[in-house]
Amino acid sequence: MMVVIKNLVCRFGNITALDGLSLDIDKGEVLCIIGPSGSGKSTLLRCLNALEDFQEGEISIDGFKIDRRHKEIHRIRLEIGMVFQNFNLFPHLNVLENVNLAQRVVRRRSLAEATFISRKLLRKVDLEDKIDAFPGQLSGGQKQRVAIARALAMNPRIMLFDEVTSALDPEMTGEVLAVMKQLAHEGMTMLVVTHEIAFAREVANRVIFIDEGRIVEQGNPEQVLNNPHNQRTRDFLGKVL
Amino acid sequence: MNWIIEQLGILSKIFYFLIQVVHWTIIISILAYLIALVCGLVFGVARIANNRFIRWLAGAYINVLRGVPLLVLIFFFYFGLGKIINLDRLVAGVLAVGVCYGAYMAEIFRSGIEAIDYGQHEAAMSLGMTRWQTLRHIILPQSFRIVVPPAANEFIACLKDSSLVSIIGLRELTRAGREYANQYFLDFQTWLVVGLIYLILTLSLTRLVKVLEKKFAVHGYGVIKK
Repeated sequence: MMVVIKNLVCRFGNITALDGLSLDIDKGEVLCIIGPSGSGKSTLLRCLNALEDFQEGEISIDGFKIDRRHKEIHRIRLEIGMVFQNFNLFPHLNVLENVNLAQRVVRRRSLAEATFISRKLLRKVDLEDKIDAFPGQLSGGQKQRVAIARALAMNPRIMLFDEVTSALDPEMTGEVLAVMKQLAHEGMTMLVVTHEIAFAREVANRVIFIDEGRIVEQGNPEQVLNNPHNQRTRDFLGKVL
Repeated sequence: MNWIIEQLGILSKIFYFLIQVVHWTIIISILAYLIALVCGLVFGVARIANNRFIRWLAGAYINVLRGVPLLVLIFFFYFGLGKIINLDRLVAGVLAVGVCYGAYMAEIFRSGIEAIDYGQHEAAMSLGMTRWQTLRHIILPQSFRIVVPPAANEFIACLKDSSLVSIIGLRELTRAGREYANQYFLDFQTWLVVGLIYLILTLSLTRLVKVLEKKFAVHGYGVIKK
């Protein structure tokens, strides 16, 4: 078991974002997380990467305990790739530097080695010709593909995708999902918070439906998306499909 | 007509006299500003440190030095501290102006750092960067761009306030102006020229700032002026 989450509770003041959630994820699994906004999907991802504190429960990834206050938490974070809804590219660096930077300062790769890896990944996301462009000159879809390349450059063991297509035009959504699909086929372990039901149906090994900080229903896409047992899952899917 | 020529002669004589000490005004301002930059960066970053004591220390520095008149600071450094540890005029004057402006610069740097979207911190952390690496490679380079106009503003203010060190006998522009005016009883003409020289200095700085702003501009960020 690669990721083990036990009884995770995460509160923000009076609001309980995650309410005793447990989940195991296997290596190579592509897990899609769906649910209404405010249900705790994003919080779950952010807890996995120690960007958010949780009050109770336990998360371990490949045996490493996730603890936001641990001094060496950055060493664990670099094994976990994350792609954000708002891209969060570094606007003062060009595309190549965006992908190179963490390789250089965190992985301590030489400029030549980092550039070689960056070029390979940028070719993979079909952006090799944009290597000198600044983020401000790119479309949303291009930015998000750079962000994916940037995360992959660290050779993460698992990739977290936090509503990565929610800020994109439908046109651009396709190009980002294509990259993710390719990654899934290559065997990357992926946790995808998404509203793209079609993507979940096609790519996911498992779909979980979260509401009010708890897993309401989970199973293969066929079960959860086509024949949901739970009324809340049915209501939600009725609205988004 | 003769009167005008006579007056222009006086003015140019004063100008020639003063221009010989103008480098001291420039040196004092630059040295004081360098101290202010270092103090500002250190205390500005310290203000948002994790450690509560460091944060408190930075807050104390800023509040104390911002709350005391610069003239009093200059007296304190020269007559007070200077007597105890034997500081010469230049060191005391430069230090006083430097640490005072450091307090303002610290607030400018802090606001520059806090202006950066928190998503930038998160993206850097998710790539495994430490807090320090994030600050050094992601946050500060972006903050500098924001900080250039207000920081340049402080340099202009610093240059003008360097005139205050004339009071402890540092022979810079204002001091030399006072000497000249007292000697020849030409107050109107002398202070006119002193003011003019300060104006020339500050206006040239303003031009320089424009160039800097362009240099730090980033595509798709703010307006890039032609």
